[in-house]
Amino acid sequence: MLNVENIRKDFPILSRKVNGKPLVYLDNAATSQTPQQVIDVIVDYYSNYNANIHRGVHTLSQEATDLYEASRQKIQAHFNAKFSHEIIFTSGTTHGINLVANGFSSILKKGDEIIVSALEHHSNIVPWQMLCERTGAILKVIPMNDEGELIISEFDALLSKTTKLVFVNHISNALGTINPIEYIIGKAHEVGAAVLIDGAQSTPHIKPDLQALDVDFYVTSAHKICGPTGIGMLYGKEEWLKKLPPYQGGGEMIAEVTFEKTTYAELPHKFEAGTPNICGGIAFGAAVDYMNNIGFDNIAAYENELLEYGTEKLLQIEGLKIYGVSKHKTSVISFNLEGIHPYDVGTILDKLGIAVRTGHHCAQPIMDFYKIPGTVRASFAFYNTKAEIDALVEGVKKAKMMLS
Amino acid sequence: MSIEEIQNEIIDEFSMFEDWEERYQYMIDLGKDLPLIDDQYKTDSNIIKGCQSKVWVHAEMNNDKVEFTADSDAIITKGIIAILIRVFSNQHPKDIIDADTDFIDKIGLKEHLSPTRANGLVSMVKQLKMYAIAYQTQLN
Repeated sequence: MLNVENIRKDFPILSRKVNGKPLVYLDNAATSQTPQQVIDVIVDYYSNYNANIHRGVHTLSQEATDLYEASRQKIQAHFNAKFSHEIIFTSGTTHGINLVANGFSSILKKGDEIIVSALEHHSNIVPWQMLCERTGAILKVIPMNDEGELIISEFDALLSKTTKLVFVNHISNALGTINPIEYIIGKAHEVGAAVLIDGAQSTPHIKPDLQALDVDFYVTSAHKICGPTGIGMLYGKEEWLKKLPPYQGGGEMIAEVTFEKTTYAELPHKFEAGTPNICGGIAFGAAVDYMNNIGFDNIAAYENELLEYGTEKLLQIEGLKIYGVSKHKTSVISFNLEGIHPYDVGTILDKLGIAVRTGHHCAQPIMDFYKIPGTVRASFAFYNTKAEIDALVEGVKKAKMMLS
Repeated sequence: MSIEEIQNEIIDEFSMFEDWEERYQYMIDLGKDLPLIDDQYKTDSNIIKGCQSKVWVHAEMNNDKVEFTADSDAIITKGIIAILIRVFSNQHPKDIIDADTDFIDKIGLKEHLSPTRANGLVSMVKQLKMYAIAYQTQLN
């Protein structure tokens, strides 16, 4: 069991006030808050270890390199990748997706097909559209149903020998739906297609076993799991990472350079041009440690409790509709009040110190599907409480009263 | 009345409210009451897209004064639009170009004119000024 009162003490920001009210932070799907344990690692790095890595012979550089590479190994262990060089540090999920999309532009041919899901974030739509423009490949979309789930029979129908790539998020950021990625990966592999899973929304809730999943690429961001922004990871199977060309040229990613020819460095450095976000990489590892100390089973059980409680309480408000009602979802509640714009609800909630996300959540196709301008999205983390959900419910009632 | 006089009048009105709730309730009521724009002008070409709420703006020139009408799909945004229209509509283009929006800060609604709100209001103010510049060019 998880002791939420103790956990909350780890997060200095949770005790601040917003607009004169205690902060109720329910925008965890956008970014999670940072515990003191991770903040300490960041401060410690700049206080004691700051140096450029992988090239200095001096002690500081050695120590910084050791910390950075130890962090890569922690992340490898956490996600159960086969090799640590299959973990590429990126600036975040979007960077990882673009790296893979760019790599495939030299692999895809005209008429090849790429399948994405209707539940995608814009960051998992636009890079593929750009890739299709460059290569003449065709983008196909797995449609969704009213519950906010992918229609898997349609995915089966879209798959063919011409399918080269499948991109699906593990969990929808706008609705919280958990997609059946095991099935999708298996089916895609039957026709020889590679699969990239966007894990930005799943890593805070689920500890994925990448070898068991047999996924080809998996991307996520540290700031979704209590780490800092500006750092994330791309996992790729060794064979795929060897096949893909480098994304950016620069220092760190080379073996030998002459003006005639450059040979590229081995993995993972081939994809890590330039001085990386060293402190971020180290703090990413600290965040993984922090989450594992609490335990993902405890986190999932507790967040599920919050989801059930919040869903029940919110549905008691007349005229409130929840979007995304799959039985398989994480602690995200996307909703609207009948006849009221989500922006207005979000504005009133902010005045009450309650942070939620409003708008289309960078997933416009989902909003178009429901024919709504957007939703109010409350997303819970393991440090949220039922009392905070009560505050949300009262806030929504107040917003309804003021706006109706 | 001049733009400045109207702005001062609005600041006076808002100074009577004791807390944010009264201020917001007033804006919400403004948003509800006013039919702001003729439906024929609620077209895609008149739309200003914020990430979150949409704003429509239409402008006409009558007797050397610019007349604005506008609307939004969000009611708080609409309330602020009502205030902006009250300040900027039926004014000479040059006065609109020269005017600032500091009064929004003084009535406690500054956050709505922050670019991060993505509600279309920042672009709306810009658009009002663009219209004024265009009409000013016609007058010259």
